[in-house]
Parts: sequence; C-alpha cells; structure tokens
Amino acid sequence: MRKPEFIYVTYIETTPEKLWEALTDGDFTERYWFGVRLRSDWKAGSSFEMVRSDGSVSDAGKVVEYDPPRRLAYTFVNLSATYKGEPPALATFVIEPYGKLVKLTLTHEGFAEGGKFLDGVSKGWPAILSGLKSLLETGRPLDVPYAAMKGES
Amino acid sequence: MDIASFKPTTVYTIYIAATSERVWRALTTAELSRQYFFGNAVEIDLKVGGTFTVRAPDGSLHIGGEVFECDPPRRLTVTFNVDWPALVEKLGPTLVTYEIEPAGNAVRLTMTESHDRPIDDDILSGGRQGWPAILSSLKSLLETGEPLTIKMAPPQRMLDALKRLGIQTP
Repeated sequence: MRKPEFIYVTYIETTPEKLWEALTDGDFTERYWFGVRLRSDWKAGSSFEMVRSDGSVSDAGKVVEYDPPRRLAYTFVNLSATYKGEPPALATFVIEPYGKLVKLTLTHEGFAEGGKFLDGVSKGWPAILSGLKSLLETGRPLDVPYAAMKGES
Repeated sequence: MDIASFKPTTVYTIYIAATSERVWRALTTAELSRQYFFGNAVEIDLKVGGTFTVRAPDGSLHIGGEVFECDPPRRLTVTFNVDWPALVEKLGPTLVTYEIEPAGNAVRLTMTESHDRPIDDDILSGGRQGWPAILSSLKSLLETGEPLTIKMAPPQRMLDALKRLGIQTP
C-alpha cells in the first residue's frame, strides 16, 4: 500500500530566486495564499507559523531545511479542532531550473494513518500553488475564495 | 466497457483564471492542444460513442479512444489509449476524465486517470510526469496567451517496465 502522502508538480515561467521569495516572504504569500503570511526566522529548528490577516495563527510547525533557492522544508499542522491530535506533517519544496522555466515539486508526507489532514492539504495545495503560478506569470493572483477551494461552495 | 469499474490512479487539480468554456475549448480543439500538449493535436467527436484521437506533430496516431461522458463545459470522459502495439491487450484501457468546476472567478480543472486493473507505479510514472507539464502549460496559455516550452522524454522506468511486459515503444 502507498504511504499517505501528497505530491504536486508544477512548471512556472520564473526564476528559482523569484520562486524562492514567493514561497518564503510573508508579503508575497499574503497575496496568493488566501491572505496567509508565513512567519519564521527560517533557521532549521525554528518555529514556523501561518498567520491569518486578523493576526491569528492557523497552522504551526518547525523549519526543517532552508537552502535557497533549491530546497525548503517545514512541518505544520492546522490548529483547528478538525485535525486535533494529528502530528505536524513534513512539506518539502524542491526548486529546479528546467530550460527557461522552473519545476516546483512539493512532497507532503508524515500524516497520521486515517487522519483528516492529508485530505485537507490535498485540497489546499493545488489552489495555493496555482495562485502562486498565476501571480509569478501574470502579476495577478487567482480570485478563488477559501470556501470554493474546499469544495464547499 | 463499464467505466464504473475503473479506479483512479492519478489525479491532478489545477486552478485557471478563465471561463469553463475556454478551458473546455482548450481541452477539445487541435488548434489549442498543439500549443500546450507537446505539439499534439486533439481531435474529438463531442458525443458519447464519438472518437477521440491525439495526433503527433507528424500526423501519426499517438493516442486513440472513445468518448464515454460528454457534458460541455463540465465533464468529459474518454478512453486514452497510447497507440503502442499490445499496450491495451496487456494493460487494459486507460480512462481519462476532465472535470471543470467554477471556483470564484477561476475554474478548478481536475484530471483523473483511471484503470480497470492494478497497474505498476513504473508504468503510471509516464502519466504522472506528463500531466503536470501539460496542464501547467494549458494554464499558462489561457492566462498569458503563451504556453510553456517543456521538453521531456518518457521516464526510463516506464519504458523499462513496458519492455518487460513485451510492449514495444517507439
């Protein structure tokens, strides 16, 4: 049986440096990540948080790897009651030049067997990374409300 | 063929700033598919039972199939059989479903590849490598007017696995 994991690959017309900034700079993430700012000093072992526009923390974990502009890894779990008791899962971003493009590979793993968090991130990442690609290629993020992403619209 | 007996093996979801109709047109017309699908021309008779073909840039048949579900601009299901000798005989048909749903001012496109029997991950690696490239380029084409230039060869692990099964590849 396959281990519970989520893998997503996308190709973006940008540079590794711009993609790295887009993945790590709170001012940038706020524009495409449903208003979420990432907050961390990005040292391995430091805390990692996703901060909503009202200042509350939605997800929290730790930085595992910070190797610009190639590899970024952090753990996190959503703090809502839906995912109570589930461990932080490891998200690893690999950035590779691909001709004039950049290939981004996200692997998210380490989920609890039978947990709900894998399903949550599997719905979230395509919307977030599609918005990231749009913003880098067109200068405009996507206009997708959070509820539509969850399939609750 | 009973499409209900097929199980998803690869799912890829991407959000695109376009209308459902434009995404549908991109998936079903040769003029647009040539730009984002490695130069391949999609030709489809848009009715259940209609033929579905993908022709390589030199005009040769690359993928052949039949339409099983057709609900423009929401849902399209086709058999998606790469035209390599003995492939369907050994692996059974490949089914591909595109689902297009409004999501805010964008649309969510979900591609699901399904099979009616267990298929080795080595063989599935071809689609798992190809779909993100094809659909990333489709999104760029619709949002910027320009597709991505992505060159890739089939994964060696897939070619090796096909060879072990006695399936010839070009």
